[in-house]
Amino acid sequence: MILDKIDTKNMFLYYSGKMALNNISIQIPEKKVTAFIGPSGCGKSTFLRSLNRMNDLIDGVKIEGKVMIDSINIYDKNIDVVNLRKKVGMVFQKSNPFAKSIYENIAYGPKINGINNKHQLDEIVETALKNAAIWDEVKDRLGDSALGLSGGQQQRLCIARTLAVNPEIVLMDEPASALDPLSTAKIEELIVQLKELYTIVIVTHNMQQAARISDNTAFFYLGELIEYDKTRKIFTNPDKKQTEDYITGRFG
Amino acid sequence: MTKKNKVKTSQTRGEDIQPSVHIDITRKRFRIGDFLAEKIIKGVAFLSITIIVLIFFFVFREAFPIFNTSKEIIKPATEQAKADTQETYGAVTDGDSKVKPNEINGAVSDTSAKKDVQETYGDVTDKQENPEQNGVQKANSSAITAKSTSTYTVSAGSGTDDNQSALKTMLSKEWVPVSEKPRYGILALIIGTFKITLISLLFAAPLAILAALYTAEFANKRMKEIIKPTIELLAGFPSVVIGFFALMVLATFLQNVFHYSTRLNSFVGGIAMGIAAIPIIFTITEDALTAVPRSFNEASLALGASKWQTAFFVILPAATPGIFAAILLGIGRVFGETMIALMATGNAALMDLNPFESVRTLAATIGAEMAEVVFGDTHYNVLFLIGSLLFVFTFVLNAIAEFYVKGKLMKRIQGK
Repeated sequence: MILDKIDTKNMFLYYSGKMALNNISIQIPEKKVTAFIGPSGCGKSTFLRSLNRMNDLIDGVKIEGKVMIDSINIYDKNIDVVNLRKKVGMVFQKSNPFAKSIYENIAYGPKINGINNKHQLDEIVETALKNAAIWDEVKDRLGDSALGLSGGQQQRLCIARTLAVNPEIVLMDEPASALDPLSTAKIEELIVQLKELYTIVIVTHNMQQAARISDNTAFFYLGELIEYDKTRKIFTNPDKKQTEDYITGRFG
Repeated sequence: MTKKNKVKTSQTRGEDIQPSVHIDITRKRFRIGDFLAEKIIKGVAFLSITIIVLIFFFVFREAFPIFNTSKEIIKPATEQAKADTQETYGAVTDGDSKVKPNEINGAVSDTSAKKDVQETYGDVTDKQENPEQNGVQKANSSAITAKSTSTYTVSAGSGTDDNQSALKTMLSKEWVPVSEKPRYGILALIIGTFKITLISLLFAAPLAILAALYTAEFANKRMKEIIKPTIELLAGFPSVVIGFFALMVLATFLQNVFHYSTRLNSFVGGIAMGIAAIPIIFTITEDALTAVPRSFNEASLALGASKWQTAFFVILPAATPGIFAAILLGIGRVFGETMIALMATGNAALMDLNPFESVRTLAATIGAEMAEVVFGDTHYNVLFLIGSLLFVFTFVLNAIAEFYVKGKLMKRIQGK
């Protein structure tokens, strides 16, 4: 039986009164890769960001409905957002390593969680970097600034940084959109490996990417969830005409 | 020639429908507008550098005779005149109650041994502080200091002492530029200046940086619109007003709280100068913090960091260069601050690390004595030397900032 890790029920989101997400109900299974596709501005990134309440940072955002993670509504009043974000990590579109050394970038998450044992930190850093498939490239220069890495390396470093906190869910907002094909291939390979351990939700503009790496695919259009099904079904035999048009490139 | 060229080109261009074919790129054209703009900007830049160099050169040139050890200054004629004025002035100032003990002391010094003179003088200086402690003549205290200084400057021109002995006294503990045996203990002034800079920075930097951190990271938009202009308004405060406030209000308040004996001291002065430095440090730090990419903020929060953790461990380190620039500007402000130093520090050149003792700063010394000094006198030269020192310290400070902070420190904080 596949568990639903994330389950939203009739969720609406408004940007200062303007509706951005319209009645989204979706069940995202545990330890699978779920891809969100759709044209720009269709609300898929907004939806992704509402899964770990990053939208709280934006003024004027109002959310209605329920977003259940492990059967707990994360928009309840007494939810600890800080701990929620430890559980639901996020990788951003633009790689954003801190202006610190590579080591410090990874160790930052564990440190703020109270791990100060040097030996333990070393171990966490190594595991995270290995899991993000970047260990071999940086193991000899952990003290160097993370900003000196290439774009693809920076993005994998950001993934490693997210993994170091040991989240259950990893949200990825177009993680490969600014990368060259080689780096993209590495990240995709990485995502497929990571689903063994984590529930991954990925937003992408690249439909081949969604087809290659995801188990389930959701198609968003104008703030609505048009279709959500197994990736193979979406890409070969979608139920809705809009989905088919988008996938075949007739619009969007 | 060039003009003709230009006209020709524009004509052809105007007539032709497909200008790209006829644009001549093989001949370099002279553009007078570009040329002038470039030269003017360059000229202004060089002018500012030249002015700075010239100022430094002038100040140091005036200080130079100190290092000139040969005795070629001719002063026998003026000396006699000065001896006369000394008498007259002494008589006049006898009427002034405050300066009287000093004058008597001066008379004593003629007869007693020189060693005695130094000690007695030191005692009197301390006594002079006493009325201030009692709070009897708070407002007048600095005026008295200035008055006594002026009396001495004119009365006892140190014509007999040559520059060599002045140079020797420079490392002594006392700043007594006007006496039978003048002593120019610049070291006391330097230590005083550094002491007060340190105190004011310890006070101002944390406050300003935390205020900036709050404004940049936590305050909502409306709060920010109130805080920022308010603190920046403080930067426009004339330092004489801050000095006045320190003299009248702060000094009494702090004395009541800490119960120290000298009312005006480096602690009061340091706090007052800190008040002057806060807006400078605040503004630049706030700008530096705001300039840190928002993506850092998001990344940190997404890792489960709280707002404070994000602000302290991510935003603050990322803004280090800007914050150091802010602190350096603050140091510069305190270093050169004259009015507050004159009004609130007590102006006694005591070489003492106790923060509750009076100090005299380099800038305040120039401010107090330059207007009264005999032109070309050793004292005059020493004041210019102090001016050059202020210059040099500022340069050294900037050099440290450039090479150490931007080089090593940044590497340690942000990785190589």
